[in-house]
This record gives sequence, C-alpha cells and structure tokens, in this order.
Amino acid sequence: MQKRNLLNHELLEITILRLCQQLIENHGDFENSVILGLQPRGSHLARTVHQKLKGLTNIEVPLGFLDTTFHRDDFRRRDTPITANQTDIPFLLEDKNVILIDDVLFTGRSVRAAMDAMIAFGRPLTVELLVLVNRRYSRDLPIEPKYTGRNVNTIKSQKVLVEWKDQGANENSVWLIDN
Amino acid sequence: MNRLSVKHLLGIKDLTREDIELLFQTASSFKEVINRPIKKVPSLRDITIANVFFENSTRTRLSFELAEKRLSADVINFSSSNSSVKKGETLVDTVQNILAMKVDMIVMRHGSPGAPHFLARSLANTKTGKHAVVVNAGDGTHEHPTQALLDTFSIHEKLGTLEGKKVAIIGDILHSRVALSNIFALQKLGADVMVCGPNTLLPKYISDLGVKVELDVDKALEWCDVANVLRIQLERQQIKYFPSLREYSLYFGIDRKRLARLNKEIVLMHPGPINRGVELASDAADADNAIILDQVENGVAVRMAVLYLLASKKPD
Repeated sequence: MQKRNLLNHELLEITILRLCQQLIENHGDFENSVILGLQPRGSHLARTVHQKLKGLTNIEVPLGFLDTTFHRDDFRRRDTPITANQTDIPFLLEDKNVILIDDVLFTGRSVRAAMDAMIAFGRPLTVELLVLVNRRYSRDLPIEPKYTGRNVNTIKSQKVLVEWKDQGANENSVWLIDN
Repeated sequence: MNRLSVKHLLGIKDLTREDIELLFQTASSFKEVINRPIKKVPSLRDITIANVFFENSTRTRLSFELAEKRLSADVINFSSSNSSVKKGETLVDTVQNILAMKVDMIVMRHGSPGAPHFLARSLANTKTGKHAVVVNAGDGTHEHPTQALLDTFSIHEKLGTLEGKKVAIIGDILHSRVALSNIFALQKLGADVMVCGPNTLLPKYISDLGVKVELDVDKALEWCDVANVLRIQLERQQIKYFPSLREYSLYFGIDRKRLARLNKEIVLMHPGPINRGVELASDAADADNAIILDQVENGVAVRMAVLYLLASKKPD
C-alpha cells in the first residue's frame, strides 16, 4: 500500500479558506442560504466551513446534516449494509439555496441519493455541491461540483482519505492511497 | 457490526445484545424519517412482504403495514378468517402458495407457540421458500419480539440506558407473549426484571429465568423504575384465574392514588389494548409519566429497522 499526500495541513487550511471566499462571492449575506453536510464524512467539513464563514462574515448560516443511507441505490447489492447515521435538519429547505458539502466526490451516487433525500425537507430553490476532493474520470452519474478544493485523476482501485485532527489524526490532511 | 446475526426474527432469545443495539441505532434513524414532512424512503422498493395473520390483531398489523409502506415495500395482507385455511389447507402450503407469487418476506402472527420456527425450518427445505425471511409478529403465548424491541427502545429513549434499571412486568404473565420477549430483551440489555401478578397468573417456574417474583403490586411499584403493565387476556383463559375483574382491579389495578403513594416517579408502559379501569385506570394511563403512545410511535420505527436489516442481505 502506497500513500501520497494530496493536501497537508497548511494547504488544506488555504483550500478551505478559498472555498469559503468563493461561497461569500456567490451567496453575499447568505440571507436565503443553508449548508447541508453529507453524513458521515462530509459533516466535519461542513462544520469547518460553517465556522470559517462565521469568522469571515459574522453571519451564522443555518447548518444541517443529511444521511442518505435509506436513499442509496445499492441496497442488497453490497456485502454488508451501511449503518445509518442521524439526519439533523432543523429547518425547511423550501425555496432555500442549499450548499451541499461532502469531502470526496467519486461515483456521484451519494450525491444523487442526497438530492433524493433532500426533497423530504422541501423543494430547494437551488442546490450547489461543494467538495474538498473531486476524483475526476470516475463518475457513474452526470454530477459535477460547483466548488472544488482539489481535482485529482484517480483510478477505481485508489482511495482518497481525508483525516481530521479533531477525529484523532495527527494533523488535518488528505491522502491518495494505492492498494 | 452492521448486520444482524440471524436470518429470521423468530424471537428475542435468538438475538445478541449487539443485534439489539444495531436495531436500536437503525430505529432511531427511522424515527427521524417518520417525523419528516415526507415520511417515506425508497429502501425496500424491490421487496414484497406478506402479512400473514392467523390471529386477530389491530395495532401490530397496522404498525407492520405502515412500516412496510414507509420503506416503499409492496404489501399483501392475508387473514385466515376468509381464506383456504378454512378449507383445511396447512400452514406450510398456504405460505408456499404466497411465496410462489414472488414474495420475499412473511410477517406472521399465529396462535400456536413455535409456529414461525416451524415455518422457517420447513421453508428452508423448499425451492420457493429457502430465500424467504420470516418475522414473528406474535406466536401464541410464546414470543412477540417486535413488541419487546419497541418496549425496550422506548425505555432506552426515556431513561438513556437499560443497564441497571429495574423493570417490573405486572399482570397476566401466564398468557403473555409480551412478558417472555420483554424478559429476554431486558436481561440482554442489563436490566433487572421483576414479574408481579396474582399467583394464578404467574408461570410456575418463572423464577428459573432469573427474574424476581412479587405478589404485592405496591412492593413491585416501590422497587421499580419502570412498570410495564400487561392486559388481562380474558380470551386466552379457559378457566377463571381470579374471582372477578373488580377484585383484580382492586388488588392489581394501577391508578393515580397508588402511584401517588410512591416517593418517586416511575415510567408507566402498556403494550395495548388497555382494559381501562381493570389493569390501568384512566388517570394513570393518561398521566405525564405514561409513555404508552410513545411505544406506539416507536413501534413503527422499530419494525422499519427490523424489516430493513433483515432485507439487507444480498440475494444469492
């Protein structure tokens, strides 16, 4: 197994700051915007972006967490079922500009499931996708992010690992792993 | 662990503590789902479930049906009263015929203890039935696993844990399938269990299951954190087990006066349907510390979790 560092602590910090600046450019005062972190792995990035936006603009953008387990299209196709996480969306999405956040975009199936799951909370005005790492040339569905931290060309057997210090890693970093 | 250790849900006795914890975790995700404006998820859209009820039921059947529909499964209902069972068809033949219509899961209630175990064993040896999943929705006086799961889930939700909690099951233990499943579930999750009722309604060797036995309901209430009050099952009683309902109500019925004498507040439960004024007075059943309607709400979420986890196996 080989591990290659894609983003170290400093680069990750700069990347998230740049993503936040892009959001501020497009959303202004975030009057009608909400952030939705995809459970489980996008939720930490969503919290980080939420905090940074508050620091930069002094605006508290509504933050929720969406679990897509029951909307996935691979039920009974996996060897072991995915354990569900909690969905926590304390607001309606009706007519909101939703910023969907995940750490890695791979096949696009999780994001498809997320868009399906979101509808239970109202009809959003717009939905944008923000990802830290966009694995190019690996999409099963026509889904592309609006905000990308880093584009990487990968093959199916490779894995992208995002590590957070808050979750027990040595430091915040992103790795490309060859199996 | 994210997979149940069993293929069928026949009884709580077969489940591990990890199974029950996985079911609780999944049920709490489903509880969030059923409180959304749109309460449906597409997980079981390619699954067909038959509710096969050889015995009358209102809430269990409705709860299962709602759980199945919330998961987007296709549902068919069968009741023995207007079927070929009346013409002498056997249980296995009836179910085999239903399965031949490409049904994936059978939710069965039967008056005979052990009927779902017999069915699961019989189906394993047949072409149409070997992939089918059997869920026990109550078998005679034996087990009612989903009721025990929703009861323990409701206690867990109310008290945060079952470890070390004292639960008294009060009433007609002899004829109750809820009592046995509850005892197994509570003990697996680390609770202390007591049964309380008239001597005639307590099974002779019940203490062999490791439960305390109490004949005085006031002492039982004083001891417990949670009282699960069971219905007097008059329809299962061939002989008189106590002189009159009035006398039962006087000695074992729980009302606000009896609860007010305690120097603590206990959680009050009932699996329903309640004989109001017999085992539970209205002032107790409708009190703030009664979680009877929470049990009903949790029943749908728990049954969704059971069906979801049992159906998650990859088809062979």
